Amino acid sequence: MKRVAIQAEDFDVGAELAALEALGGGGVASFTGVVRGGDGLVALELEHYPAMTQAQVGRIVDEAMGRWPLLGVSVIHRFGRLEPGARIVFVGTAARHRTAALESCAFLIDWLKSDAPFWKKEHFAGGATQWVAARDEDAVKAQGWDS
Amino acid sequence: MLSVVYFAWVREAIGRDEEQIERPDADMTVADLVAMLAARGGGYAEALGDPARLRAAVDQRFVPMDSLIGAAKEVALFPPVTGG
Repeated sequence: MKRVAIQAEDFDVGAELAALEALGGGGVASFTGVVRGGDGLVALELEHYPAMTQAQVGRIVDEAMGRWPLLGVSVIHRFGRLEPGARIVFVGTAARHRTAALESCAFLIDWLKSDAPFWKKEHFAGGATQWVAARDEDAVKAQGWDS
Repeated sequence: MLSVVYFAWVREAIGRDEEQIERPDADMTVADLVAMLAARGGGYAEALGDPARLRAAVDQRFVPMDSLIGAAKEVALFPPVTGG
């Protein structure tokens, strides 16, 4: 099972996990990314490259499925305007054993951060805005999976 | 013609998300295209004047700045990605 969804709408984490649990493996791992509040942030605006995003995330999922024996992978990434507490991204993996599920889940979120064509803009109370700068640390984490 | 698309603050500084330009010579790289567009000045210079801050895709694949554009249909210019 391979599911990649790039969407504005929210998603149901329970339903996504249930679909992965139904694949007959022994373990399901997941990561949910949420808009972090604080510092006067009122919203995060996510822009993406529609012609590229679905295929690029699909390639990242294929890479994970080539590296670990996985029964299923689900990746959902939202775009548009999201308020603090809103879900941004979901990564779920199912495998016969926990190591493959846990490692591939971590790999997928690291690679989504450094290799998927999304950009975040912060909107603050008072109207100020700022594009989020890429963190060197994220690129280093994704490269760490190269070996 | 070659389609050039912009995202995030590159798009905002230039003031448009897409444009068609004359197809460049076969030996033109993405970096050459960036320099040519930056020479237009104004928002283009602001967005594209410092190539070290930019990343690129050719026909929806990430590429290094020294890649040839060749027969590609679309070049995208944008800041380092910040998804996830």
